[in-house]
Amino acid sequence: MITEKTITDFIYREADLLDTMQWQAWLDLFHPEGRYWMPLEWQQQDPVLQPSLMYEDLLLLKVRVERLAGERTFSQKPKSRCHHLLQAPQIVACDPAAGMFKARTSYIYTETRGDVLERFSGWASHDFVQVGDGLKIKLKRVDLVNFDAPFGNIQLFM
Amino acid sequence: MDRYRNNAFAIDALVRDTEVHRDVYVDPEIFELEMEHLFPNSWIYIGHASQLAKPGDFITANIGRQPVLASRHTDGSIHAFYNRCPHKGVKIASEACGNTGKFFRCPYHAWSFKTDGSLLAIPLKKGYEGTGFGNAQANEGLSRIRNVVVHRDFIFAQLNDNGVSFEDYFGESLSTIDNMVDRSPEGKLAVVAAPIRYMHTCNWKMLVENQTDTCHPMVAHESSAGTAVKVWKREQSDSTETPMAVQLYGPFMSPYEFYEQSGIRIWPNGHGHTGVANSIHSNYSDIEGYLGQMVAAYGETRAHEILGEVRHNTVYFPNIMVKGAVQILRNFIPIAVDKTLVESWVYRLVGAPDKLYERALMYNRFINAPTSIVGHDDLEMYERAQEGLKSNGNQWVNLQRLYEAGEQADVTAVINGTSERQMRNQFHAWAKFMTLDMDKRVEAAE
Repeated sequence: MITEKTITDFIYREADLLDTMQWQAWLDLFHPEGRYWMPLEWQQQDPVLQPSLMYEDLLLLKVRVERLAGERTFSQKPKSRCHHLLQAPQIVACDPAAGMFKARTSYIYTETRGDVLERFSGWASHDFVQVGDGLKIKLKRVDLVNFDAPFGNIQLFM
Repeated sequence: MDRYRNNAFAIDALVRDTEVHRDVYVDPEIFELEMEHLFPNSWIYIGHASQLAKPGDFITANIGRQPVLASRHTDGSIHAFYNRCPHKGVKIASEACGNTGKFFRCPYHAWSFKTDGSLLAIPLKKGYEGTGFGNAQANEGLSRIRNVVVHRDFIFAQLNDNGVSFEDYFGESLSTIDNMVDRSPEGKLAVVAAPIRYMHTCNWKMLVENQTDTCHPMVAHESSAGTAVKVWKREQSDSTETPMAVQLYGPFMSPYEFYEQSGIRIWPNGHGHTGVANSIHSNYSDIEGYLGQMVAAYGETRAHEILGEVRHNTVYFPNIMVKGAVQILRNFIPIAVDKTLVESWVYRLVGAPDKLYERALMYNRFINAPTSIVGHDDLEMYERAQEGLKSNGNQWVNLQRLYEAGEQADVTAVINGTSERQMRNQFHAWAKFMTLDMDKRVEAAE
């Protein structure tokens, strides 16, 4: 039975997998049709015909993960690290009958590489599907509070 | 301590036939002189007319260090000004774009200006009676930029009133912009969204040079494009169709021979483009219905001629790059000697299928975004160059590849696609426009 706690635990675990760089385990959280989306507009509706910072399917996420370990991935010498500080997720929907599981989590994300430390604030919206007894990510949407700022490299996952 | 100010000879000496001195990338004084001379002497892209659709619409930009403003007047004409109130110098418009209504109003003392820049009203006007205000520059309203040219909706401005004319400056190079516009069945482009912005901690010229550097993709982008190709080969299973994403990443891994044959064309004044015979944009799959629209609009022959131009990157000296085949313009905006703001704009082809806009947006976020793995590869190299150039071991950057003795400057030519001649072409223009309005007293005395 999927409960609100299942959703909350999932979101904390996801952040932990990212912070501990367990990339493959993180990819396994996604449904095969899952998407990772970082909009470039306020309350953006369309990831396809409006510009985004990222809108990636599992193939593209695998490319990113594989790249992080590549021998000739020069932008990862030295490697980046990250840290998520999450507020308690707000459950938007937890309706097993309708198959609707959604949450929104406010958080601060830190990415560091070499001597540089960058901090981002935003909200993650998770859309889940039930697979077996558990959940998989259908859509992870990351809305940064300053999506329109000129950032330097963002190399890991929020 | 000034070494280069008012010293055209010292600046010229930074550019040799096959080398440039590191000071062009790392010296703060050279950067200041670029802001004071190079940018005002050049024709600079400030925006697209579709961003000024209605009267009162405005956009802001910088030319060198100087804030500028362009607006659509009530009669439909486009005007450009220095973005400062003639009273106390306050910036009139603070946002990237917007609509000011019937007039601009300074937020400090409420001086107001028509959208053609002329002075509309000053509160307590009586206070200026008998003061000779009629003869003051402030009475003329917003200071006008005289040299503004709108070429097929691309707005360019030149601050120096004694510089090179628009036609002489760009010449045949405008063919890339023309081709990009012609790719719309209605001959029209539209900006419908904000650009992707990406801050680079490196000198702006490193980005410009990289646009026609064809010897780096297969090396620097092995990590991104190479991995994309590898993962796709492994994961494609029984798929018969190459996803758009793989079509966009894949060609970056083309071998040297591909780039050699695709060719580079150079034009006078530092402009030039890669992808003469073919390019990494050559083999994207057709978008359903598009060719039919183009043939209906232009006829069979012309439609194929337009779509047959698949130029890769066109550099418009000094600081924009246009990618006609995917409707992208990158603006390399200098902030400091080691800091550059990159704004990557996507234009929508008016009347064309949505799929083309989708592809252009996808290309932009795959290649030009701060979240782009291809972008990470490039920025890493620029940052390492910015660091490495501090080395005293060798103070010269080598641009010698495929150099031939007696190479002519300011000519049109098509050359081997792996040549560094377009970079030499840019630096010839760099020295020319840096020193164009400098006092050459020493020369005159000879």
